[in-house]
Amino acid sequence: MALASPPTATRPFRVAVLGNPNAGKSTLFNALTGLSQKIGNYPGVTVERKAGTLTGSDAAIELIDLPGTYSLAAHSPDEMVAVDFVLGHIEGEARPDALLVVADASNLERNLYLVTQLLEADLPVLIALNMVDVAEARGIKIDATALAQRIGVPIVATRADRGRGLPELRVALGRLVATRSVPRPTIAYVEPAALTAGVAALASGAAPAFARALGRPLHRVELLRTLVDVDGHAEERLLKQFDRATLAALLEPARTAAGAMVPLSAIEAQGRYRWIKQLTAGCIERPATPLPNWTDRIDGVLTHRVIGTLVFAGAMLLLFQAIFRWATPAMEAIGSSFKWLASTISAELPEGALTSLLVDGAIGGVGAVVVFLPQILLLFLFLGLLEDCGYMARAAFLMDRLMTHVGLSGKSFIPMLSGFACAVPAVMATRVIEDRRDRLVTILVTPLMTCSARLPVYAILIAGFVPARRVFGVLELPALTLLALYALGIVTAMACAFVFKRTLLRGPPPPFVLELPSYKWPSPRMLAAQLLDRAKAFLQRAGTVILAMSLVIWAAGYFPRDAAMAAGFNAERAAIRAHPAGSGADAIELDAIALAAIDAREAALHLEQSALGRCGHAVEPLFAPLGWDWRITVAALAAFPAREVVVSTLGTVFSLGHGVDEGSTDLRDALASAQRTDGSPLFTLPVALSVMVFFALCCQCGATIATIRRETQSWKLAWFTFGYMTVLAWVGAFATFKVAGWFVA
Amino acid sequence: MTTLDQLRPGQRAEVLRVAASTSLAQRLAEMGLLEGASVRMVRSAPLGDPIEIELEGCHLSIRRADARGVVLRDD
Ligand SMILES: Nc1nc2c(ncn2[C@@H]2O[C@H](COP(=O)(O)OP(=O)(O)O)[C@@H](O)[C@H]2O)c(=O)[nH]1
Repeated sequence: MALASPPTATRPFRVAVLGNPNAGKSTLFNALTGLSQKIGNYPGVTVERKAGTLTGSDAAIELIDLPGTYSLAAHSPDEMVAVDFVLGHIEGEARPDALLVVADASNLERNLYLVTQLLEADLPVLIALNMVDVAEARGIKIDATALAQRIGVPIVATRADRGRGLPELRVALGRLVATRSVPRPTIAYVEPAALTAGVAALASGAAPAFARALGRPLHRVELLRTLVDVDGHAEERLLKQFDRATLAALLEPARTAAGAMVPLSAIEAQGRYRWIKQLTAGCIERPATPLPNWTDRIDGVLTHRVIGTLVFAGAMLLLFQAIFRWATPAMEAIGSSFKWLASTISAELPEGALTSLLVDGAIGGVGAVVVFLPQILLLFLFLGLLEDCGYMARAAFLMDRLMTHVGLSGKSFIPMLSGFACAVPAVMATRVIEDRRDRLVTILVTPLMTCSARLPVYAILIAGFVPARRVFGVLELPALTLLALYALGIVTAMACAFVFKRTLLRGPPPPFVLELPSYKWPSPRMLAAQLLDRAKAFLQRAGTVILAMSLVIWAAGYFPRDAAMAAGFNAERAAIRAHPAGSGADAIELDAIALAAIDAREAALHLEQSALGRCGHAVEPLFAPLGWDWRITVAALAAFPAREVVVSTLGTVFSLGHGVDEGSTDLRDALASAQRTDGSPLFTLPVALSVMVFFALCCQCGATIATIRRETQSWKLAWFTFGYMTVLAWVGAFATFKVAGWFVA
Repeated sequence: MTTLDQLRPGQRAEVLRVAASTSLAQRLAEMGLLEGASVRMVRSAPLGDPIEIELEGCHLSIRRADARGVVLRDD
């Protein structure tokens, strides 16, 4: 195996950052690289590639954050990338020059397992002994100096979330660059004879055939993985080159040479743990009786049969109340600043296309969406808190049994819960699911979870049309409606998963092993950084996609403008001005009312005659069974690329319909006063509910479809998701409209 | 023959062998579920499955059906 070419002045020293999940790897990586991170993708696979330059060091070092992994025996795409990266098997990626392994000091033996495997990669290794504070709190004492000497690699104690030990780590990285010394353990690893014999047989037997098929030599680590792993990634890669029988025949001599009665994977684990015991003997000191453990006590409550379930439900309820109550002041402030901006501009500029473009198109459209920033941030804050303190894994633990009823595992629950924030990261979060079928089913149903972009639609319609009555004393009907819409998303997702798991993607429930990390105080700094990211992304979207869509919708709703029609209305107005009703205050008011009525009629007629209006009329029959008129139809159609556009479209459509000079940014009033041609109110409760249900079930999100296509490498699945959800949405909205109609009548 | 799924909450025992040779068994072995390891049943989930076990200070959740493949030393 050729080593990577040495770093030069133009190529920085590349250090891959590895570690078990939850060891604090991301925290450490962020602290070491600061703002210099570049996020991309590995070619062919969909795993995120995060790289950054080491800050605060003279040496030019590029750090690459690899996905968390327990071992080099890869079973998921994420682990596969970590292993391939270390061995230099990723196209277009040079082999790293060194490895930085993040190990959790409170759980050191298990974390050293990965270290023992990485020591065989022929690369310089540096260990960051992280979470030293947690270890200390548990009364665990570690002699890092002695341990470092035995393993033959430098060890630096760190506390990543507070930045402790980072200067020392930077120095150690700099030294690693200078010396490039590979590990020299003073206590040697005695590899189990079965493995040594097996790999030797493989190297002299099948390895050349493998190398020919793959077009490159195989590192010993890869041969070991091929020999040992059950349904592992190394074997899978070879199965793309050889059929099953040929591969089995090629591996047979090596397995015979190993001659073991026990599975080789158990032999490997035993061998490595024996070594780890020797390495750590006398270096790790534990209290004879474990100190009282908070995690255990908290878990006693949070995973309790009754209390745990209640806490879970209570937390969810609290979230929905909070979204409606606590976000209000901030939302009102944002809303009134947009309103002020709109009225200032319409007062300053002459009436006409440009003013309408600015006020109704840009400000009306973007403002209608930006108002929801506080609610969306609250939602992300809540989910971030759950994730950061370690509750998410408990949620998977609590929900696993329920998920098996629909044929999935608790692991699918976490992506689905993240779907409450946004389907795009949620679909990406399915990578932790090893089983392909489970992963696909989870991807197909995750967009049904109520993402934050649906919130604006719900918020505006609920606030406008669901009476703010109290039920059961404390709960308010609007909050309950919101909860019901979330429940609708969940129940539909489960039902669809059930159906898919029994039809398209049939298969047994996959194996399940899940680590329940100890509870932690969430780190405010991490949370704040996350929220800032989210806010930036949201505003960026509002400033680009949504602004663009708003302007397109505005233009489609403003043009073509019939000059003859405008002249007719102008004549009507001129007539009133020429012959005022009188000179008294009453008479002047009468005139004003008459003028306003003409304005409104003109605006409505213009809109109806516009490109947008004609398009809406053309497809109206398709949506009429849902109780919609052409304006709602237009808004829903415009929302297919990004569902939050619906709010700005409604804003544009209904404010245009209200007369430009009114400059109404108060969408809620505009909707409430909207009428059908016969003069009856447009938005009755059944119509509002039907719109909400449609948005609950429809996949109106170009980004989600693109992500599904990227994650599954299949356009078919992406369009299937879109298709089945659209059908569901139509049927659901139709049923809602009919049923609610009976109740209201 | 006692298996891991039969332990009562709070009860601790020593692993005799892991009967399966699946990828799950490999993952558990890598996490330290090996002959001679000491495991504790912490609790089962509210709906009875999965269970939470403690292994060398680390908490893992596995299904009852898989725990049945972990044979414990009787004493
Ligand atoms: N107490 C303590 N917490 C830490 C330390 N390093 C990271 N954390 C926290 O551990 C949690 C998991 O860290 P993260 O970086 O996401 O882990 P990863 O899965 O390895 O990327 C986060 O809540 C961090 O704030 C540490 O040294 N001490």
